Amino acid sequence: MAVGLPTVQPASSAAAGASPARRRSSSRVPAIWVFLLPAAALYAFIVLWPSLQGAGLAFTDWDGLSADRNFVGLEQFRTVFGDDKARAAVGRTLLIAFTITIVQNLVGLLLALGVNSRIKSRNVLRVLLFAPAIITPVATAYLWQNLLSPNGAINSVLQTVGLGSLRRNWIGDSDFALWSICLVIVWQFAGYSMVIFLANLQGISAEVIEASYVDGAGPFRRFFSIIRPELAPAITINLMLSIIGGLKLFDQVWVMTGGGPGGSTDTMSTLIYKNAFQFGDFGYGIAMALVLTLLVAVLSAGQYALLNRQNRG
Amino acid sequence: MIQRYTWRTGILEAVMIVVALIFFFPAYILINQSLRRSNDQAAPFALPTTITFDNYGDAWTQGFLGNALVNSATVTVVATLVLVVFGAMAAYPLARVTKAWSRVAFAVFMIGLLLPFQLALIPLYVTMRDLGLLGTVWSLVLFYIGLQMPFTVFLYTSFLRALPAEYEEAASIDGAGPYQSFWSVIFPLLRPVTGTVVILDVIFIWNDFLTPLLYLSGSGQMTVPVTLYSFVGQYVSQWNLVFAGLVISIAPILLVYFLLQRTVIQGFASGLKG
Repeated sequence: MAVGLPTVQPASSAAAGASPARRRSSSRVPAIWVFLLPAAALYAFIVLWPSLQGAGLAFTDWDGLSADRNFVGLEQFRTVFGDDKARAAVGRTLLIAFTITIVQNLVGLLLALGVNSRIKSRNVLRVLLFAPAIITPVATAYLWQNLLSPNGAINSVLQTVGLGSLRRNWIGDSDFALWSICLVIVWQFAGYSMVIFLANLQGISAEVIEASYVDGAGPFRRFFSIIRPELAPAITINLMLSIIGGLKLFDQVWVMTGGGPGGSTDTMSTLIYKNAFQFGDFGYGIAMALVLTLLVAVLSAGQYALLNRQNRG
Repeated sequence: MIQRYTWRTGILEAVMIVVALIFFFPAYILINQSLRRSNDQAAPFALPTTITFDNYGDAWTQGFLGNALVNSATVTVVATLVLVVFGAMAAYPLARVTKAWSRVAFAVFMIGLLLPFQLALIPLYVTMRDLGLLGTVWSLVLFYIGLQMPFTVFLYTSFLRALPAEYEEAASIDGAGPYQSFWSVIFPLLRPVTGTVVILDVIFIWNDFLTPLLYLSGSGQMTVPVTLYSFVGQYVSQWNLVFAGLVISIAPILLVYFLLQRTVIQGFASGLKG
């Protein structure tokens, strides 16, 4: 128990009951609450209470305007899952989350291994490769929208190096728009994964690594037998971050395509936004948000359990 | 030392520099386009025929970016300050009291790390609307304080749990009350984690888009990302102007990053590990 918080020390106040003692206790007992309440109240008001409201309202016919609402059971979910667009968006959101998780972390890991070496430029490269991760996603999305446009720099470079046949309307073509968005996310956040892998790599004892040189292990052997098992903490954090980030994806999609062309890049978040705030269908939006919440909970719990078991086994 | 700079290291160095150049190609285009006249015929990746800074002046005035930077700075600074003060305060009992309620309270805060804010988005929007707070930066300040509180409390509590209680005990023996020992003994000891909290909260708040889009669209108090969004919507084909606007809007955060690079990178790497 904390000595610094005399509030939980019973001796001075509890037994007495006389008014001076009680006054003293009442001026001291609330110290814990003075410390805890402001944060708890703001958190409850902004996150907890509205989330509970959302989870409850998903089972009613609430329209966002009138106080009038009736319990309708799973009706809203039936509407959502009866909608082809919504089912496609759920599948697409999962596809984005998995693609980003795998590619971003693979690139991030390779970058981390690259800058965790003897190369002279390692410090500069760390700073530069991480830089995109702190830039406003809205800004990077506009930048890439231009780069990937029909007359943009990417097509222009392809033409120049003799790969003109690969020129595409990267964002305007529904076969490529989703992958283009994934590319932008990987470009922006691979440095983020790199930084987390790097912190982990730097914690691996040099002796273990050197022993592997003495034993004559090659770089691949060294990575898979010695380094990979030590990277479990970074892998857990990175996978968790990119899965959750991918599931909640909104900014880049909204800016680059608005969910188009023809709904081919709509994610759960863009559908929540469109349905609730552009079409005024709050019930649809809330039901979709609850589905998203369950996906986040299930995938992060499953991922955590899987890696935990693997690390122990 | 076994790991010396060999010819293999040289190859790795070359490969990594090429990779970094590819990563920085978009940034080169960004700067390049922002310095061109709109009628420049040079290929997108070639150097501008003539260099002009006019786009920057035009973007600044036509895009209301000055106003947006002030709004973003207000929201970010006020919300982060409150997060630091209230977050550190809440962490004190959560880290030091070992009773069941304290552990439960901590767990309830941690739920907030997992809950996607999309769930609260619609009911909270309605509450903000009914309170008449939409269209002002104060709705956002309130929003970010609540939204980032679990993460802030998590960082402070983890740090404080690893900090020996002797300092506070000494202060308590010297007759300091809980407030005095918190502010004059504990809070200064939290400085390293306060740095992490400030960096992570500032970058998150500065960059956030969806909620400001909902709360502030069309008002005179839009933050930088929403201002960019409406600016590009208006000048959609004038990329040189748009790119100058992008440079202006990301400059403050990049400046902070390059000044405090080591701290920022460590903050991101360590803060998440807790």
